[in-house]
Amino acid sequence: MSKRIVSLVIVLVLLLVMAAPTMAQDGPSGELEIFSWWAGDEGPALEALIAKYVELYPDVEVNNATVTGGSGVNARAVLKTRMLGGDPPDSFQVHAGQELIGTWVVADRMEDLTFLYEEEGWMDKFPQGLLDLLSYEGGIWSVPVNIHRSNVMWYVPAKLEEWGIEAPATWDDFLAVCPTIQDAGVTPLVVGENWTVNHLWESVALAELGVDGWNGLWAGEKAWTDEDVVAMWDKFGEILACTNIDVDAATLSWQQATDKVIAGEAAFNVMGDWAAGYMVTTLGLEPGVGFGWVPSPGTAGVFMMLSDSFGLPKDIKNYDAAVAWLKLLGSVEGQDIFNPLKGSIAARLDSDLSLYNAYLQSAAADWQSNEVVGSLAHGAVAPESFSSEFGTVMEIFLNSRSGIAAANAAQAIARQAGIAG
Amino acid sequence: MQVSANRAGNPGRKLLRFTRRINPDRVYAILMILPSVILLAIFVYGFIGQTLWWSLTDWAGLEKNAEKNYIKLDNYKTLFSDITGMRFRQELVNTFFFTLFFVGGCLILGFILAVVLDQNVKGEGLFRTVFLFPMALSFAVTGTIWRWLLNPGGGINALPKMLGADAWNYRWINNRSPYTFNWHEVPLTTTLLIIAVLLFFIFRQIWRRKYLATIYLGVPMALLFLWMWSDWVSWDDTQAMHGTFNWQDVPRYVVAVIVIGFVLYMVSLLWHGKRRAALILGIPTAVVLLWYAAGGTDNFPNVEFPEAYGFNIALVGVIIAAVWQMSGYTMAMYLAGIRGVPEELREAARVDGCSEWQVYMRIVLPMLRPITLSAAIVLGHISLKIFDLIFAMAGIDHWPVSVPGVQVYYTMFRSNKFAVGSAIAIVLLIMVASVVIPYLITSLRAEHEL
Amino acid sequence: MSVFTWIILGLLVGSLGTYLLFSDRGRNPDHGALIGGIAGAVGSLVLLIPLWIYVYVQGKQPVYELPKDRPPLSGKHLTRMALYAFLILMMLVYLLPVYTVVVTSLKTPKEAGKLAKVWDLPTEINWKSYETALDELGPQLKNSFILTISATIISAVMGSMNGYVLAKWKFPGANIIFPLMLFGMFIPYQSILIPLFQFVQDIDLGGTIYGLIIAHVVYGLPITTLIFRNYYAEVPTEMLEAGAIDGAGFFGIYRWIVFPLSLPGFVVVIIWQFTQIWNEFLFAVTLTDQSSQPITVALALLAGGEAVNWNLPMAGAVLAALPTLVVYIVLGRYFIRGLLAGSVKG
Repeated sequence: MSKRIVSLVIVLVLLLVMAAPTMAQDGPSGELEIFSWWAGDEGPALEALIAKYVELYPDVEVNNATVTGGSGVNARAVLKTRMLGGDPPDSFQVHAGQELIGTWVVADRMEDLTFLYEEEGWMDKFPQGLLDLLSYEGGIWSVPVNIHRSNVMWYVPAKLEEWGIEAPATWDDFLAVCPTIQDAGVTPLVVGENWTVNHLWESVALAELGVDGWNGLWAGEKAWTDEDVVAMWDKFGEILACTNIDVDAATLSWQQATDKVIAGEAAFNVMGDWAAGYMVTTLGLEPGVGFGWVPSPGTAGVFMMLSDSFGLPKDIKNYDAAVAWLKLLGSVEGQDIFNPLKGSIAARLDSDLSLYNAYLQSAAADWQSNEVVGSLAHGAVAPESFSSEFGTVMEIFLNSRSGIAAANAAQAIARQAGIAG
Repeated sequence: MQVSANRAGNPGRKLLRFTRRINPDRVYAILMILPSVILLAIFVYGFIGQTLWWSLTDWAGLEKNAEKNYIKLDNYKTLFSDITGMRFRQELVNTFFFTLFFVGGCLILGFILAVVLDQNVKGEGLFRTVFLFPMALSFAVTGTIWRWLLNPGGGINALPKMLGADAWNYRWINNRSPYTFNWHEVPLTTTLLIIAVLLFFIFRQIWRRKYLATIYLGVPMALLFLWMWSDWVSWDDTQAMHGTFNWQDVPRYVVAVIVIGFVLYMVSLLWHGKRRAALILGIPTAVVLLWYAAGGTDNFPNVEFPEAYGFNIALVGVIIAAVWQMSGYTMAMYLAGIRGVPEELREAARVDGCSEWQVYMRIVLPMLRPITLSAAIVLGHISLKIFDLIFAMAGIDHWPVSVPGVQVYYTMFRSNKFAVGSAIAIVLLIMVASVVIPYLITSLRAEHEL
Repeated sequence: MSVFTWIILGLLVGSLGTYLLFSDRGRNPDHGALIGGIAGAVGSLVLLIPLWIYVYVQGKQPVYELPKDRPPLSGKHLTRMALYAFLILMMLVYLLPVYTVVVTSLKTPKEAGKLAKVWDLPTEINWKSYETALDELGPQLKNSFILTISATIISAVMGSMNGYVLAKWKFPGANIIFPLMLFGMFIPYQSILIPLFQFVQDIDLGGTIYGLIIAHVVYGLPITTLIFRNYYAEVPTEMLEAGAIDGAGFFGIYRWIVFPLSLPGFVVVIIWQFTQIWNEFLFAVTLTDQSSQPITVALALLAGGEAVNWNLPMAGAVLAALPTLVVYIVLGRYFIRGLLAGSVKG
């Protein structure tokens, strides 16, 4: 168990320190609790980072606290009880953007990290668009570790050949091949539990509304009841008809949904590019051969991003150790240890691309050249008061399959959350 | 549930009395119970009060000293009429059906098992142990197990494969459709029949001067009737699926149920010759009726668009899991009850020429009525507030099987809306209390009358 | 009296043993969780053995007595056959989930992932699921033991005292206070969740096991009080009066007359509270954090998370269910009595 190795390392290091009391002690000491939802397949990346941290700061005992659950759904609830309970972890994972700002910064629970960015010279090392996402009222509130892309469509090239189809460039193309795939006894597009449906939706919405339309929804410049938004919902309904939504979606985790694509039970899967990490690391597939990818239909040239970041809560017990952790996270070294294993690209612009696999290199190239927008399902563009209620909109749609009903509901919720156009 | 003490061993509830009015022992007695009383006063009533107050405020967000402004009943209005309350309304309907089938299933299955086990069966102990063991499990464990068993790709669905048949393709908790049927067909007659049967019992209870029972029978009867009415007559065929009802009709239903309750009560008063009381009751009833006829309910806060609700088929999986866990409980209750029936009584019935079946129906079953009632109350309050089973089986996101107990958690720890969460919790409390309090009062009163 | 001493001793040794063996200082990073799990089992056995002995010392006291002269339903052979066929069928239905759980937990992750083959026996027995599950759930298992044992004992003792007062001492307002206390057993705990949460946080116990213990003690009081009150109501008041004439006061009567008589009551209450607290979920999921959460929560998160390998949650389910199952199987009679006497709180 890698957990054991880590604890063994800690014990050995502690022994070493105890055996050699004359060794210089200038780093922070004490404990460091890191709260995240990176367990299982995503665990090794974090553990490698922690190992590096322990190497740099041998006096700190690291407590890697993870709460499992796709996209952090369980972790966020646990984190809230801890913060409300006056027991904040020393540093916690949070999606960059509104999930950080709208929940924690406005509640005055976070420390401003501008000083760290200035000290470390990070201001020009991260893309400005990303820094904007992390900023609110003149402060910068977390350190981004990675960049993931939300709008990617996955498939197995060999299978597509077998069925005689190509990866669709638009959703209309997809709808055109949908019956062909269904005739082969295969699910054209696989979705999993609740949040993965929202995830699919944001790719569809981006394709149908375009970059301006998408951003307009969140800036309050576009109403949900606009004609094209309603039409987009109806298109989404047609796409859903090509999925397993009414069959077994609710019981599938995103990994199980990905498994179905690999096994040839489903043709496509729209999932964030952590799926690449899963397919490379856990399933042992080679990018481009074992699996293929395109930007999700209709979104070529657009990079819908989400970023995992770590913040510094107020009133923590181990301030120095936590700041040292954030320093490591923001450094080139830290990002290049973490990201190749996690299956994401570095948030910094100066990382060493040769360390990354074929998929990630292509993603990094897109990250530099594409237009960038934020994700809804992963906390970037809307506060939780909207995103948690978006499930209501989705349910209304799934039950009624009526674009108008969903659009009206979304508009009502946006109005309540104060982001309605 | 046996709230009252064993009657045989408690003749007149004799208490310790000492000659002196005030003596140290009585002070000790009060002192010893005081901590518990104070703790419960704070932890139960104090906390409920606090939740009630918060449910009337706009508390949202995770600030340390969050602002809480009094906003009257707005949160409740949101729940019952705003679009964001749709999930909650769905959950109320889910709870209703879940309670109905869960309690009914447990009672029927438990009774059958108990009767069969009562037949001098070899290895009774083993069977009993097996039927009862799920009771010892946590709902979290049950949920985890059944989540796995009800996976559409395997589990129960793969069972026929063992016998060489094709696997089933049932979707269990993934199913998103409500149960639909056409009222014009068979169920219409069935429902009418059930309504007639309920009416018969209502009048029997009136005859016996059991007014409370009248109300408790009258409410499901009225609901059933209105549900049928809404779907069959008043709601346009094109708008919704059969077997569901329109939430927009709910205010009308509520008033109608109240009126029906009043009318039933009046009938029972008249029946027993209390004309003046009937008149006093009749005036407000007539006013409400007139107001109702004038369309007074149209001014209630109501949902904007028609919303169709019915029995979600996805609940079947949850009901199976819950019945699997709790039917052993009713079996144990019934078995103890059946064994408590004196053998002489049964023997006497047999001598009178009753078949064994008749012995159960005529002698045993009537004596089990208090057990049925208390088992129904216990199971009913469990199902109204159920949380962990759903959490473990489907998570807190899966609407088709969600219930208010889950929604409280979601609203508070996902959406950060503590005031709305409090409002749901209070609704939950009212639902449970309306079942439990009359029961507590009647059973404790029965104890004092002894 | 000797049995009584046994029980107290067992409780003390059991809880102390569990605590000491579990406490972090005895843990070695490699085997800590495993030792924790085994120690928990031993600890609970030490707790259970005296109770178990007690059952035998007291002789058999069946809850259900089948009248000896009960004739079979019908002399007909066929009817009996059908009866047994029905019972055996039902038994299989009830045991089906157990079969899957055990079989799945013994499979390799790869085999467990094959949905269509859930009912097949494992091709090779893989004990590693249990090892991993113990590794991941060991600390939570320890939390569950600490929580359950301490909350059970405290609420049982307080409930016994309340029951004694309510059943045997006249004091003003008792008839109002008792139903009001009782109502606390039925309330949906969601309706006190946030105030409780805030209270626990205000007294600086947020995210610890102690906050959870307090909650379970308080909300366990109604049921323990009820069971003891009904139990003591059956004790003839004349016996107590005799004690009073001999000069015993409030505590004397309790110590020398009521308490010795109430051992079966204690067994029922302890078993009942043990199962209830062990199985509880809502308080556990809100009042604790990862380091102090009990096993039910850890299990739900394990299974609800990225559960690709179902052998693991199934092994976890076995671990979480085992203690209460052992209690149920060894002391089932008292468990049933608890069911019938005080019954369920959900």
